[in-house]
Amino acid sequence: MLKVNLQQSSPIPLDVELHCKNGEILALVGPSGAGKSTVLRCIAGLHSAKFGQINCSDQVWFDRDNKKDFTPQQRRIGMVFQNYALFPHLTVYDNIRLALAEQSQSEKKIAQLLEQVHLTGLEQRYPNQLSGGQQQRVAIARALAREPEVLLLDEPFSAVDKVTRRKLYLELNTLRRSLDMPIILVTHDLDEAAMLADSICVIHNGKTLQQGQPDQVLHSPKNVEVARQVDVRNLSIAKLVDVEGSLKLKWHEYLLNVDDVAEFTSGQTVHWIVSPAKILLHQRVRPSRGEHENPVTGVIQEMITLKGITTVLLIIEDTHNEMLQMDVPEHVAMRNKLLIGDSITVSILSDAIHLMQD
Amino acid sequence: MDWQAFEVSIKLALLTSVSLLPIGLALAYLLANTKFVGREVLEAAITLPLVLPPTVLGYFLLVGLDSNSFFGGMFVSLTGHTLAFSFTGLWFASIIYSLPFAVQPMLRAMETIEPEIREAAWCSGLSKWKTFFKIELPLAWPGIITAMVLSFSHTLGEFGVVLMIGGNIAGETRTLSIAIYDSVLAFESEQAKSMSLILLLIALVSISVVFLFNRSRSRVVRL
Repeated sequence: MLKVNLQQSSPIPLDVELHCKNGEILALVGPSGAGKSTVLRCIAGLHSAKFGQINCSDQVWFDRDNKKDFTPQQRRIGMVFQNYALFPHLTVYDNIRLALAEQSQSEKKIAQLLEQVHLTGLEQRYPNQLSGGQQQRVAIARALAREPEVLLLDEPFSAVDKVTRRKLYLELNTLRRSLDMPIILVTHDLDEAAMLADSICVIHNGKTLQQGQPDQVLHSPKNVEVARQVDVRNLSIAKLVDVEGSLKLKWHEYLLNVDDVAEFTSGQTVHWIVSPAKILLHQRVRPSRGEHENPVTGVIQEMITLKGITTVLLIIEDTHNEMLQMDVPEHVAMRNKLLIGDSITVSILSDAIHLMQD
Repeated sequence: MDWQAFEVSIKLALLTSVSLLPIGLALAYLLANTKFVGREVLEAAITLPLVLPPTVLGYFLLVGLDSNSFFGGMFVSLTGHTLAFSFTGLWFASIIYSLPFAVQPMLRAMETIEPEIREAAWCSGLSKWKTFFKIELPLAWPGIITAMVLSFSHTLGEFGVVLMIGGNIAGETRTLSIAIYDSVLAFESEQAKSMSLILLLIALVSISVVFLFNRSRSRVVRL
């Protein structure tokens, strides 16, 4: 288990609290300059924060109060750098050999590591003779050679093309099953984080905003700040009102049913979000009973299709031109003959509306 | 042909370039990897011999090495010998005079090493010394070879400083370039020509070696 608690105000402000269990991948997400890499460097011992603690298993790696600050050499970390930072004058074999925790039986261990990352046969190549994907695999093998207690991956997929990236995602997913250490993955790609990580920690301006399971963080963010960081597409403001004993969301002229209102009271102004996939299209030819669930009407402003999913941008009537995005399968958009300028009615599922304090 | 002067020149150039290896490396490492107040002043001081007239540099070195000065006096009390007009004094002056030719290529080579490479070595468990010897030194090797060859060639050809510090003592401080000067003054043009050709040849060969080395290296491992 890795526990990190760091604070400092300069040179880069930090207010970080995160934890990662053995065998888990924690994705540290946030925009460029959010402080993700600095946090990783702090864990690696390449940067020392002004205050805080870093504990790994039963070991204290960093404790400012007790003036304890292990060097990177003392920390047993495996780090994969953004550009891999392979030693350019050494072969694949020697790159890994230098990082081995124990030099005894090095040949056998290197062979094992190379097999683990599918690089057998490339031992004598130099880094400049390898593709981006192969370089990343060497960097992972080198990081694992140290038998680390924590594996740190600093945007490891940013230097490879999209096709290779997809292949490497699958490889990392397979590899992680054989690893029993906390893995911290720094990325600014939310899809990557959602695909690979067991939990996500959102960081902005050096402050960790929320840590939780990907679904929870992406679809039920703690507050508006997190919602903005995880690129929530339908975010709006409304007021909670009491209608015959039950709380409803008054959004302009609409009264929307919301399932989860436990923490809120009548009269409160709240931010609300809904996933574009949880907005249902009312079929024009065959209306269904679902129409009774939070129906709203709007005019199609724009449509874009990507990988079989059509995103429809709607301007909702009676809302001072507020917009909603709805994702529908491409065939549904075609069957319903959706066109820009059409007026359609949709249902906002009550169990998909997530409320946040103002 | 003054073979004695040739021997003095080669000995001086070899000793100077070998001495500059650790000195240059230490200074280049310090300048490339640490931030401190006065870094620019130190770099300027190291580069100064490049722009100062050799006679000016020679004058200050002569004053500094004089037995009445602090440094020169200390040397006399320790060894019983004076630095000025001696081979040791010349050697010391050559180190100062050729310092930028050693430090600059080493510094440029070290600056091209990405900081992440060094950090990756630390994260791989390598100590700072091991990182220096296994990673930084091999990566900076072309710069180091260039530094050694340049300081060797530069020392071999120095004139003004040698004349100011060493004078013209045969077998002690008379180098090949001084001998050429003497030959020209004495109208011994054949001797001046042969010695000049030797210096020209050595300079050409050593610089060619640097280029060849750097080119062959870049073919094997593109850095």
